[in-house]
Parts: sequence; C-alpha cells; structure tokens
Amino acid sequence: MDDEHGGVTQSHTVRLELDDEPGELLRALEPIAENGGNLLSIFHERGSVTPRGRIPVEIDLEAAPQQFDRIIQALRENGINVIRAGTTHYDEEISVLLIGHLIDQDLSDTIEQIEANSPASVVDLSLAGETNSDRVSSGRFRLALEAGRLEETLSAVREIADRKDLRFVEPLVGEA
Amino acid sequence: MDLAILGAGAVGRAVAALAGEYGHRVTALADSSSASIDRNGLDVDAALARKRNSGAVGEDVPESVLEAEYDTLVEATPTTLGDAEPGYSHVVDALERDRHVVLANKGPVAERYDDVMAAAADSEGDVRFEATVGGAIPAIATLEGLGPEHVSAARGVLNGTANFILTRMATEGLAYEHVLAEAQDLGVAEADPSFDVDGTDAALKGVILANVLHDGGFTLADARIEGIEDFPVNALDVAAEDGNTIRLIGEVASGRVRVGPRLVPDNDALAVSGTMNIVQYDTEHAGRMNISGRGAGGEETASAVLADVDRLGC
Repeated sequence: MDDEHGGVTQSHTVRLELDDEPGELLRALEPIAENGGNLLSIFHERGSVTPRGRIPVEIDLEAAPQQFDRIIQALRENGINVIRAGTTHYDEEISVLLIGHLIDQDLSDTIEQIEANSPASVVDLSLAGETNSDRVSSGRFRLALEAGRLEETLSAVREIADRKDLRFVEPLVGEA
Repeated sequence: MDLAILGAGAVGRAVAALAGEYGHRVTALADSSSASIDRNGLDVDAALARKRNSGAVGEDVPESVLEAEYDTLVEATPTTLGDAEPGYSHVVDALERDRHVVLANKGPVAERYDDVMAAAADSEGDVRFEATVGGAIPAIATLEGLGPEHVSAARGVLNGTANFILTRMATEGLAYEHVLAEAQDLGVAEADPSFDVDGTDAALKGVILANVLHDGGFTLADARIEGIEDFPVNALDVAAEDGNTIRLIGEVASGRVRVGPRLVPDNDALAVSGTMNIVQYDTEHAGRMNISGRGAGGEETASAVLADVDRLGC
C-alpha cells in the first residue's frame, strides 16, 4: 500500500489462452512473480478448449498499477495470448450512497479503498453538495461486480464507510 | 366479547369507541392513573368525556382492571423497551387468569416474545398482536395465513413518520429539520420523534415479524439499526439521478433483522409515499406479496386490534 511500486495494490483478473503444451502455464506465471505481483488464484479450464485449440486460463492477482502494466507487457513479450487484462467480467451493477464529509482528497482514497478491498469496480460517481466544505455531501457510487459477490461487496464498502465515519445507503436488492 | 382496555391513548380510546360496532362490550378501561369498571358494560362515551374534561377515566385504580370481568385484555399502554414493563406483566397476569390478550403495545412481543408465548402455552387464553406491525395492515394474519415456513423474507416501510419525512424531502427538496418541524405541526411526528427517526420503532416491528417467521428468539438487541436523523437532502438528489429514492426499510432476511435507509427504485412497490406503510413477503411458491395501507392512527390501529378480537372468536 505505498507508492514505491507505482500506486496502491489492487486486484486484477487476467484472462489468457495458452497453447496446450507442457510448461506453458509456468511461462505465464513467471512474469507475475518476477514483477512483484501477488498471485491469488488460477482457474485452468483444461476441459474447455477454444476454437483455436487453446486452453483458457483465468488468473487473479494483486499488483500496483505500474507493476500490473509491467506484468502484462512481460506476458505479451513471452508470446502469451492475453485476452483480457485488468477488467473483471462484471455481471451486474449496483448503486450505493456514501454520505458525509466527502472532501475531494478523501474521495479518491474512498474510490481506491473500494477497488482494493471489495470485489467491485467503481464505474461511475456522482456527487451532490459541497465536497470542499464542512457541509455534508453525498456521493452515488455505481459499482460493477461479478454475480454472487454482492454480499461481500456490500459488507466491504460498509466497513470502509464505518472507518471513514460515512453513512452508507445500500440498495434494496434481491430476487423479485 | 367483553373487553378490558389498558391504555387510553389514541388507540385505547378508539378501541373503546369502536368496540360496540364490532359487537363487543367494554367492561373496563384504564389510563395511567385511573380506571372505570362496570361488569355490565361501561358507558364508553361518558368515560371518554370524563377523561377529556377531568383527565381521569374513572374512580378506580388502573390495576383493578386486571381483576375485572372480561374475556380479552386489550393492552394498549405505551411501548417500553428492555423488560417491556408494565405491559409484559399485564399480559402475563391476564394469561394466568386464562383470559385472551390482544396487544397494541409492541414491547412484550418485541422484547420478550418467548416469555409471552410460554405464558400463553400455559394458559387457556391466546395472545394476538396484529396492531403492533403496520397499523391497520393485516401483516401478522397474512404471514400466518401464508405459513411462516413458506416465507423466506419480510420487509417493508414500517414507520409512517420517517416515510413522510423522506417523501417530503425528496419531492420538495426541503431540509430534514424543516420537514421534521412540519411533521410535528401536522401531528405526523410526536414532540419527541426519536423512536421514529432513529429506526427503533421500525426495528421493533421487524423484530416482531422475525419472531413470527422464526418462532421466536429475537429481541431489539438482535436488530442492526440505522435511522434517518439529519439525513441530507442532497442524498435524495443523487439517488434520484438514476431513478431511485430512499426509504427507511425494515427487513427480516437470512435470519437477520435490520433497519436502515435503502436505495429503492422510484417505481418499486416499497416506495410508498407520505405516512403510508407497506409490508412485503417473499413467498416460497408465489413470489412477492405486498400489502400497503395506513400504518398508524387511532382508528386504523384499533381496527387491527378489533380484527384480532374477532379472530379469537368465542
């Protein structure tokens, strides 16, 4: 969580397609460790092969933004097919409100904390009230998340709100 | 049926005034300092006139009501938290005399549900409490009718004062303090609106629903509660940008009770306006069910009390 490695550590999902050859997976993982990334999970879909005969692999990792850029660059230099980098496959979007002293400096920290500590990504933000004053302002955060990770996301954002002494308004969600 | 009514606030008075229309007789009526008892049926109008003029409903002491002749005790004293006294003792006393009890007071079934049900199990009398959740809305009877085992979640707008404040703030763009003062002028909010705006009242109702859904085990201490005090109007503004509004929602789901302001789509069934209440059930085989109506008021709540008296039969 410092700037030495180029910003705050965030989680990323990288989707690769590997040739069905020995050593391919290892070749894909080496650049992550070499560039300081923290490997979280590997989903190696050996059963499903792409039309081009490759095996899809999804890797979750933590890295600071600059580290992440270097990892993707290294993967591509190694001839690995990077299908998607950094953008998780999101299934749903929700809005939440955070209310309090959302001064500008704290606002960017709030966004970073949501992205770092919850499985969601902040895709939109709208503010009302004076964000550079002592008055209470309100921010509507539009969050994108994967299916089945709603509870986890809401409790993570609630924790951030509690820590920052902000009021948190959850959406009413559930099966209709 | 002969009714003894404890509590002569808006609800107790309305029960007394409407009892005859429902085919019942009031044999005792008490406020906090006095009582009027007549085993042949009270002159309700005279007792209520006496209360208006002198502040006392009669010459007897309130405790004597419990010993009077009646089939059903209507407990309509103010809701208290913690040990739920004196309401709780009134309930147990009547049950020990094998009388029925109908509650308008939320305390005993929110804070001591298991104790109340244990006392009812040992009694020839039954306990009902329709009026404690959603005023006139048949929230409890509907839940019993559906069968609690076929209902996975309950939620709703359970406090009309908070809903009035949020609705006015959203539609008029007025500040919280302004709308609260307006609500007090209109009689929608009490002089001390704490329980309405801090979420306690909605939480008590959520706890009662949880007790019916899960056959007991919940008290106010089990609820996570957030209120709407000093809510900024700009929160309603940003919510409106993508078609949402904010409502104070009480919810029982996954074995938890929680109350707090929630983002609700403008066109959602739960986005009722003004002082209206709504109760929503997620049912196992029939999707969602909504019942909205008046959640407060003397006659409205009394109609729920008298519906309970009818359910007791006899």
